[in-house]
Amino acid sequence: MDVFHFEVIQLLIKKQVGMMENYELVIGLEVHVELSTESKLFCGCSTRFGAEPNTQVCPVCSGMPGTLPVLNKKAVESAVKAASALGCGVEEVSIFARKNYFYPDLPKNYQISQYERPIASDGFLMLDGRKIRIKRVHMEEDAGKLIHSAGESGPSYVDLNRSGIPLIEIVTEPDLKSSSEAETFLNNLKRILEYLEISDCNMEEGSLRCDANISVRPRGESRLGVKTEIKNMNSFKAVRKAIDYEAARQVSILSKNGRISQETRLWNESIQVTEGMRSKEEAHDYRYFPDPDLMPVYVTGQMCREITESIGELPLERKERFVREYGLSEYDASSLTSRKKVADYYEKVVSGKINPKAAANWIMGDLMALLKEHKTEIDSSPVLPGYMAELLSFTEDGRITGTTAKDVLSECFATGICPGDIVREKNLLQINDQDLITGTIREVLENNGKAVADYRNGREQAVGFLVGQIMRKTGGKANPAIVRDTLLKALKEM
Amino acid sequence: MDILSLTIGRIADMVRKREISCLEICERFLDAVKERDGEINCYLHVNDKILEEAKASDSRLAGGGSPRALEGVPVAVKDNICVRQMPATCASRMLENFVPPYDATVIERLRDQGALILGKTNMDEFAFGSSTESSAFFTTRNPFDITRVPGGSSGGSAAAVGARLCMGALGSDTGGSIRQPAAFCGIVGFKPSYGVVSRYGLIAFASSLDQIGPMTRDVMDSCIIMNVISGRDSRDSTCLDYDPPDYTRFLREDLKGIRIGVPVEYFPSGIEDSVREKVQDAIRAAESLGAEVEEISLPHTGYGIAVYYIVATAEASSNLARFDGVKYGYRTPSHENLLEMYMNTRGEGFGREVKRRIMMGTYVLSSGYYDAYYRKAEKVRSLIRKDFEEAFRKVDVIFTPATPEVPFRIGEKKADPLKMYLSDIFTANVNLAGLPAITLPVGYSGKLPVGLQVIAPFLREDMLFKSASAIENHFRHTS
Repeated sequence: MDVFHFEVIQLLIKKQVGMMENYELVIGLEVHVELSTESKLFCGCSTRFGAEPNTQVCPVCSGMPGTLPVLNKKAVESAVKAASALGCGVEEVSIFARKNYFYPDLPKNYQISQYERPIASDGFLMLDGRKIRIKRVHMEEDAGKLIHSAGESGPSYVDLNRSGIPLIEIVTEPDLKSSSEAETFLNNLKRILEYLEISDCNMEEGSLRCDANISVRPRGESRLGVKTEIKNMNSFKAVRKAIDYEAARQVSILSKNGRISQETRLWNESIQVTEGMRSKEEAHDYRYFPDPDLMPVYVTGQMCREITESIGELPLERKERFVREYGLSEYDASSLTSRKKVADYYEKVVSGKINPKAAANWIMGDLMALLKEHKTEIDSSPVLPGYMAELLSFTEDGRITGTTAKDVLSECFATGICPGDIVREKNLLQINDQDLITGTIREVLENNGKAVADYRNGREQAVGFLVGQIMRKTGGKANPAIVRDTLLKALKEM
Repeated sequence: MDILSLTIGRIADMVRKREISCLEICERFLDAVKERDGEINCYLHVNDKILEEAKASDSRLAGGGSPRALEGVPVAVKDNICVRQMPATCASRMLENFVPPYDATVIERLRDQGALILGKTNMDEFAFGSSTESSAFFTTRNPFDITRVPGGSSGGSAAAVGARLCMGALGSDTGGSIRQPAAFCGIVGFKPSYGVVSRYGLIAFASSLDQIGPMTRDVMDSCIIMNVISGRDSRDSTCLDYDPPDYTRFLREDLKGIRIGVPVEYFPSGIEDSVREKVQDAIRAAESLGAEVEEISLPHTGYGIAVYYIVATAEASSNLARFDGVKYGYRTPSHENLLEMYMNTRGEGFGREVKRRIMMGTYVLSSGYYDAYYRKAEKVRSLIRKDFEEAFRKVDVIFTPATPEVPFRIGEKKADPLKMYLSDIFTANVNLAGLPAITLPVGYSGKLPVGLQVIAPFLREDMLFKSASAIENHFRHTS
């Protein structure tokens, strides 16, 4: 690790107090989102993730001579959906262009993208009450993947399964001011895209990728500083860390009267630094020009309206409604609505006239824990929303105790049997029968003379012990409130 | 009767009447190729399975199958059009061993109508040229004079039809690559309106200009092939959503009521006298057939070649980027790293003219030059298109010479690319405007053929075939 890198790390550690305070951070993001269409952008190949290499390819997406692209209309609809959810103006006419550069994962050695006339522009996304402006949304095809053999001299392999998968690129204006703001922006954006059901937004599988343009300037300065572009960040956390590192690096240079050079840098996850990749002088000249193999993309006002109308509630609106309609706290509403699947599940549960707060607690608490433990998504949970509602109705009207409910939930999760059947089969109904409870109490008191004596001598803790004994005798099913009342009465009467 | 001398129209009729078998036809052509192609050099690849295919056609007919439009007709295909299981080299070392795994749409359609692919024909490398001399393999000779070029880039197809080494052929035309060699080889060459024939399976040169078209003995054969290959194709977004007419029904013998425009710009001082005379003869003939002839002007004509060489090379530089040694085709044996592999593969795999055009195209698209070249060229292109639109308000078709000269000698222009580029001077603007045009022989200068070009408005192939067939009919009876 060189000396300079050491200085940057020091700065990162001291950033709360040190010279970072004198500088302001300016961030713009470029987010690539893989659209989850059935087939690729310009051919009929499947887009499924994780297939054997080169099994989802055809002459078109492998760039065979003589083949031609044909636009997938579904991808256009998804792009329009995303654009209108981000408040962008959708263009009636947009143009596909060729971005020319050589790389083995790009079979035609040009990428079909949009350049001068993207499908949409000028939108925004709200971030804590502030508008983060979206400069443009454009469509393009993904490249393939290179698989390098271990060792320096081994061959590299090309997998073209990803080649031609539709992407949208969302470009923000440089409106973000900190790494955590950038992370929140990405989370909110991801939420919206998930709500639109146009992408899996899975960063590990590469269906959501992000580059960041970063510059710093002395506080109060209105001109923008020289920016660098950071690539190769594989998680939101990496985005945050890379921005922090890069900002500190730039401040460190500027504070020694150095100069930032405009360049592209790569985030190196293993040693947590950004490293120079190519300078402005080495920058590619992509020689963009309109792709003569494709006609302009026409999105009529009618089509745009229909797509916009098909967009349901977005996360922010849904959160506000949850607070209003279900009386949830901001926190609960926000957690429940952060993922569409969870919010959908929740609403199915409460539609069964279940106490909304109890439902929120059970879903965010016990159910989430089980899902996490078994690495299951909520939409494939064995505890169907109807089962959850049934379970909650059992606890609400006192037919089973909270302790029992937890066991039933686990059982239901493991077996998929509905809670009603579990309760019946295992005879778990709460005991509310006064005579039965009184009988049990009598028995317990007879057998625990010492505890009774302690109580009489003023030791209140003895009550807890006795309640425990009674509950044990009833297999935890006795109604705790009735037990307590009856016990106290009995003790006083003795 | 020699089978070789028959037109497709005639032979199809004979097959229909069972007067001849598909095998007899193919055997005769295969023998002719063996006998004479050593001299002409049209074919890069001859289909050794064609006799089996012909037998299959015969047994299909014997089994009661009804004869199709091109039953048993041996067709030659330019080597930039993909035919499954036959090489598609584009006459380049780069694709010397490339065998496409699929049929071009036009090939599918030819096969569906019973045509048999006799072989793949020589061309200028990647269709960059006007003489077929830039083929990486050998030079094709003009059947009228083997010391001269057949024209290009579809020179192999033109010579094969001219030398009667196939019944008809497919070529591709980006700036005149069907029409100029057709004129040089004394045959009929037709470039359809842009978007009438699918480009799927045509190895692209310049996508916004390329069209596949027929090269045939006569206008009728051209129409017969067009009936088979034209029409919408879901695999080509630039192919028109359009119902093509039955082209054969436009043929006629007179030109009554047809207004012919003759643009002054197409008769410059540099044009060869014999060409000027023969074309003027044809124009007089048209008048005698009842046409009204009018002198017109296409004022932006002079910019055509410049615009063409900017647009075409720009698109070509990108279209040819895929030949990199990674996936198919030639890969250099000597490289230490990726960049060297790219550079050596392309340096060794491409010929001089290809490299020249890739460099030109890369230059005109480069940042800082794009506006001055590519964008400006696109603007002038629309002016050229407007010239034609204006002219077609007054006239139905335009008559011009097909080429400024008769076939030149092999080697004569090879060293001077600019001179070579001017061979397309009368044909390139038609591609820039996307119009249909046909060339047909209208006489000889010595023993060398002279061609007339007929240009029609967009999608007015009817007007074009009407005029061309009447002129053809006139010369057939006077010569």
